[in-house]
Amino acid sequence: MHIDATEKKWFYISLVVTIAIIAILTFSAISTNIHPPSSVEKVDSNRLHLDGEFKEDNLGVKKNADGSYTVTMVAARYGFYPQRIEVPINTPVKIRMASFDVLHGIHAPFTNFNTMVVPGYISEVNTSFTKTGEYPLFCNEFCGLGHDHMWSKLIVSEKGSN
Amino acid sequence: METTMDYKNGDKLSISNYWVGLLAFLVASILGVYQVAERAGFIPQSVELYFASISTHGVLMGFVLTTFVIMGFSYFTACRSLKQPLWNAKLAWFGFYLTLFGVLLAAYPLLTGQASVMYTFYPPLAAHPVFYIGATLLVVGSWVWVLQMIMMTLTWKKAHPGEAVPLVQFGNTANALLWAWTSVGVASEVLMQLIPWSLGLIDEIDVGLARVLFSWTLHAIVYFWLFPAYIAMYTLMPKLAGGRLFSDEMGRISFIMLLVISVPIGMHHLYMDPGVSAGWKFVHMLGTFAVMMPTLLTGFTVIASMELAGRLRGGTGLFGWIAKINWKDPLVLSVGLGLLMLTIGGFGGAINAAYSMNAMVHNTQWITGHFHLIFAGTVVVIYMGTAYHFWPKITGRKLISDAHARLQLWLWMWGMFILTIPWHYIGLLGQPRRISSMPYDTPLVERWDFHEMLMVVGGVMLLVSAVMLIVNLYLAQTKGVKEDNTELELSVPVHPVVSIPKVLNGFALWNWIILVYLVISYGYPILHFFISGDSVGVTPWGV
Repeated sequence: MHIDATEKKWFYISLVVTIAIIAILTFSAISTNIHPPSSVEKVDSNRLHLDGEFKEDNLGVKKNADGSYTVTMVAARYGFYPQRIEVPINTPVKIRMASFDVLHGIHAPFTNFNTMVVPGYISEVNTSFTKTGEYPLFCNEFCGLGHDHMWSKLIVSEKGSN
Repeated sequence: METTMDYKNGDKLSISNYWVGLLAFLVASILGVYQVAERAGFIPQSVELYFASISTHGVLMGFVLTTFVIMGFSYFTACRSLKQPLWNAKLAWFGFYLTLFGVLLAAYPLLTGQASVMYTFYPPLAAHPVFYIGATLLVVGSWVWVLQMIMMTLTWKKAHPGEAVPLVQFGNTANALLWAWTSVGVASEVLMQLIPWSLGLIDEIDVGLARVLFSWTLHAIVYFWLFPAYIAMYTLMPKLAGGRLFSDEMGRISFIMLLVISVPIGMHHLYMDPGVSAGWKFVHMLGTFAVMMPTLLTGFTVIASMELAGRLRGGTGLFGWIAKINWKDPLVLSVGLGLLMLTIGGFGGAINAAYSMNAMVHNTQWITGHFHLIFAGTVVVIYMGTAYHFWPKITGRKLISDAHARLQLWLWMWGMFILTIPWHYIGLLGQPRRISSMPYDTPLVERWDFHEMLMVVGGVMLLVSAVMLIVNLYLAQTKGVKEDNTELELSVPVHPVVSIPKVLNGFALWNWIILVYLVISYGYPILHFFISGDSVGVTPWGV
């Protein structure tokens, strides 16, 4: 068996590059506390409207005692409810979502508010928005023939304006 | 014993496989142009047609083109490199017809809009049961090919004790094992969940579990697609370019790494999913980046082989050798173009794969751009190159014109760049994937418009190239002049392989390692669905 000397060197360079990339990603994820939305909570999607966290009366934006915000939304063909949500800039926001029917996804462009919404499970995104403005919230997972028309709005406002 | 009497009995099976794959490819390319034109608003909108088309496009490109071309590539190179007939020719043909039957079965619900659930299935959207049954037969048919590859290698090893299995067949066998391991995920999803559920035998399925099972298949399947391209880079290209393979052993090491690492890392497709905890996602990210290793090693060995060819042909200086490579050969050109697309697409892939960056691009048009560049770009262009190389050897007739073949390949690459670079860009600008129109009331839409025009230009170029490919191959087969050299000539390594360690000449150890790695990375995440209490079943929904 023969491995060329330059090839050996390249092998080690590749190894170092691979490990370095993994190390940088790990460091950035941990130091800036960026983790993908990964809550493991089940919910009965057939009964969302009847009771509990995702009942219609309980949806929307709530300010918590510590100044942070909790947003509760339902994804259902073909819209996100409530259809307009408003939160202040640079404030911790916890977004909790459930699907009423099929698979959906939601994304606010230029932000890391992006998650799948899987029937049977609760999605949770923890983030804070750093630029004011109006963001479209697109459904980004094919959910049926009306998929294109499934979107709503997020408003990030100056602090104290709401 | 060197009986060469019928080692060409894989030829007809090979070209039949290629033709099925190529015709599926042509149909899917036509659908592709329809889709870009529809989305850019050039033709009247029909969501029913659009989503039926996009589902069919995905199935034809991702499952039909690939599976058949891979089988065609392997049957031909296995028989010719081992100088050995098919292990069981009747069974191999049965596998071919079974796979084809599966495709025809699935075609009916797809074309009638009863399976517009994407090639990724996406329960709880439910398709007609015949779609799932057809897809299953396609996979089962391909398992016949897996068996052929394994048995051909074992038969050869028995007859040639202690000798190194030819690298090309070592790669084919690695790919067959890769497919065997990775297809278990989707097979379990379809057999235990989707088919009984779509038939009404069970009422509800756990969609989270279905997604985890599909992820088991979804990543390594792209390496299943990529494998023949890598094999061609190592074993066919160097000689045609005018040189030798830089290292046979490095090829084996890369193939083994691809096989072992690529299967248990599929959950990076689920970064944005609830139901899987962040820790498991992180574990799968480690493996995802580890797959960079075999790709970096391949890049080095293949480019070193190219440099050797260039210098042997009189190239000098730091870059002078590049121009001297035998680019006139269509397969060599396809590898060159493929490497360009792989390099650019690979950078994008590193962003998708990053645990902390994926949220910026997940399910945006960026993703569509990424996998079109790597799969439809790198993989498919090299598939085309292999077809141009094999046709004269199988049919005994030369191509009408190598220049036409080269033009077709160039057109494919430029079309792919013009299609996918705008997609990456509008993905960063937030455009979701799999939309048929842009009915959004946001200023962002105006920023997408121009790029939607570019994408139509790219799509049309790709269709022209696809038609040229079919015409070139058909004319060669029917009207080409006689080709005298119909033997498969493999690249010779710079250092001949005199002895090879057992671990680099077989897969027993590696199969055990995969099993352990799979149990570690998928065992608990799957088990968790069964032990975590309340049922979260979901009934079927129509599209």
